[in-house]
Amino acid sequence: MSALTFPPPPVSLEAEALRAEVRAFLATELADFPAERRMESWSGFDAAFSRKLGQRGWIGLTFPTEYGGHGRTALERYVVIEELLAAGAPVVGHWIADRQSGPSILRFGSEAQKRFFIPRIVAGECFFCIGMSEPNSGSDLASVRTRATKVEGGWHINGTKLWTSQAHLSHYMILFCRSSGTPEDRQNGTSQFLVDLKTTKGLSIRPVNALTGEHHFNEIVFQDAFVPDEALLGEEGQGWHQVTSELAYERSGPERFLSSFILLVETLRVLGAHPSERAAIAIGRLGAHLVTLRRLSRSVAGMLQAGENPATQAALVKDLGAVLEQEIPDIARSLVAVDPPTPEIARFARVLDYTTQHAPSFSLRGGTREILRGIIARGLGLR
Amino acid sequence: MTDSILLETAERLFGDTITPQVLAAAEHGDFPRAAWDALAEAGLHLGLLPEEAGGFGVAPADALALLRVAGRHALPLPLAETMLASWLLAAAGIAMPEGPLTVTAAPGLVLSRDGAKWHLAGTAMGVAWGGDAAGVVVLAEVDGAPHVALVPGGYTIAEHRNIAREPRNTLVFDTVPDAAAPSPHSALDLRAAGAATRALMIAGALERITAMTTQYALDRTQFGRPIGRFQAVQHSLATLAAQTAAALAAGDIAAEAVGEGVDLLAIAAAKSRAAEAAGVGAGLAHQIHGAIGFTYEHSLHYFTKRLHAWRDEYGGEPEWNERLGRHLAAAGADALWPTLTAI
Repeated sequence: MSALTFPPPPVSLEAEALRAEVRAFLATELADFPAERRMESWSGFDAAFSRKLGQRGWIGLTFPTEYGGHGRTALERYVVIEELLAAGAPVVGHWIADRQSGPSILRFGSEAQKRFFIPRIVAGECFFCIGMSEPNSGSDLASVRTRATKVEGGWHINGTKLWTSQAHLSHYMILFCRSSGTPEDRQNGTSQFLVDLKTTKGLSIRPVNALTGEHHFNEIVFQDAFVPDEALLGEEGQGWHQVTSELAYERSGPERFLSSFILLVETLRVLGAHPSERAAIAIGRLGAHLVTLRRLSRSVAGMLQAGENPATQAALVKDLGAVLEQEIPDIARSLVAVDPPTPEIARFARVLDYTTQHAPSFSLRGGTREILRGIIARGLGLR
Repeated sequence: MTDSILLETAERLFGDTITPQVLAAAEHGDFPRAAWDALAEAGLHLGLLPEEAGGFGVAPADALALLRVAGRHALPLPLAETMLASWLLAAAGIAMPEGPLTVTAAPGLVLSRDGAKWHLAGTAMGVAWGGDAAGVVVLAEVDGAPHVALVPGGYTIAEHRNIAREPRNTLVFDTVPDAAAPSPHSALDLRAAGAATRALMIAGALERITAMTTQYALDRTQFGRPIGRFQAVQHSLATLAAQTAAALAAGDIAAEAVGEGVDLLAIAAAKSRAAEAAGVGAGLAHQIHGAIGFTYEHSLHYFTKRLHAWRDEYGGEPEWNERLGRHLAAAGADALWPTLTAI
């Protein structure tokens, strides 16, 4: 498969029927949800909302029914998550569990782990965070120093994880760390563990506030934190292989080009039904980008459904998506003057300010622009 | 013929017949007759016709995908125009003549009827391969209703070429068409269908220059290693690949938007996105190729010049973005997402 192969996205009538259902639910559920909350996109947290989605059967859509999942297609899941994102629904609680922790547990976990975690994730009651980055291991993930040492009945974890989004609101972390050898061994000797953030002793979670003053990130320090043998996910020493297989899921979804979508909606609201020629051209261009990105992203969803590993295609989607998400605030401010303010403009400006401040993170989280372009270059045969 | 066999046939046929020599000669006015004859013998230009009229019985999108292959080879032939002509003629119930055809809906043309006799007068500029085509299919309004006329000759031809030195002639008509009939397609439909052809051709040309540029970066050595080993070059190539991916998606959207009717919004999105990718992509390919890519001798320019020509033909980014933007604005902020997902 060439790096630039994007098969037509599968067509699914079931998925379109589901779309209508999700839209109707959101129209009611979020009727009074203001733009100032919608703009948070998939950083917005609401445990009760996550539980409601679980009750509707919209979390763990693709997970097998024997573990409490819904056994539906990747395309149906795609429709649900893009509708949630487009509405600015507060989804971060269950987002990571639904997107990658659940699939990893299903792929690599023991029968007992599947029976324990999957039904809880599906119910929207078990939230996960990603324990990958460290103070000195950001893009260079293979250099992790956090270490699991074998002890009687389990493992002692020592080290520090950083930039862990929503750890303070999550029940579990999938921890990626070294379980043998030294950091010089790179990818070899790494493992993944399911760490209970609520009950594990020797673990502390400290907020690292973002530039807006908000608390999303955390630093997590492990000091002889004990996790039992049953916490090992998959095989000891196979951590790198396991963690990289999550990445196509992490990188190709609609959250990679819809982070600024609420700002585009609010821009259009201020511009009204008869914008200037310049504004119409700018809005049309953003629409054209969204339409094409959506096709690419749905094509990757189809490849994932077919069991392929479209790592290069996922990187292409995320790279293009982040560029677009970061352009939107700049274009919005070029079309709508925020000075002098009016009540309507002030509302728009709050969404603009929020998105402007968060925009730098769009090409950092989930793989920096530089890492993604390296992956694309490898896919082209240059590395 | 299935769609994949159709595309493989085209890939092989164009690969065999469209050499750098043929491309150079075409720039200087030599119509590549042998290449056309091979194409016509395979029937590739009839893909949009129903099976009983000589088509392959494939979906229009699969027939239009041939134009992506054409773009990959900088095909110096009116394949897109002949396909558009066949689409107009079939819808108007007029039989398709032999040979390459071209199309125009130039606003200065006047089609009129005196009893049973039709007459066409006026000037059409920018008619692709107007001097080489066996006939021109004209779309013009008669009493406010679109009509199609088939004009096999009897017009004067003035030489003109686009930036890629593809013929875009000025034709002056004062003649009696062979046939004319009401058309279900308007001039705007033809413009959109034409834009769809260019989106696909851009996608193909970008695919080709991405492959050429990648190979060049692997072959060209400076500072003791292939330039493709340098991260700055790798990131430029990644950006080129991303633009190509976007254009490929745009091309697919465009292909699916042409059938018995045309989906104007889908084509607006597709043409503008492909056109934007064409400009960025052509620039990056030249940057990575360095000076050799700026020579006539190197083949890169056959593709990059066409990218610049095709991004403007049948409407560039401002025209299609404005159309899409006005539609989105009229639908309103709260309908933005449903409107986009319906495209």
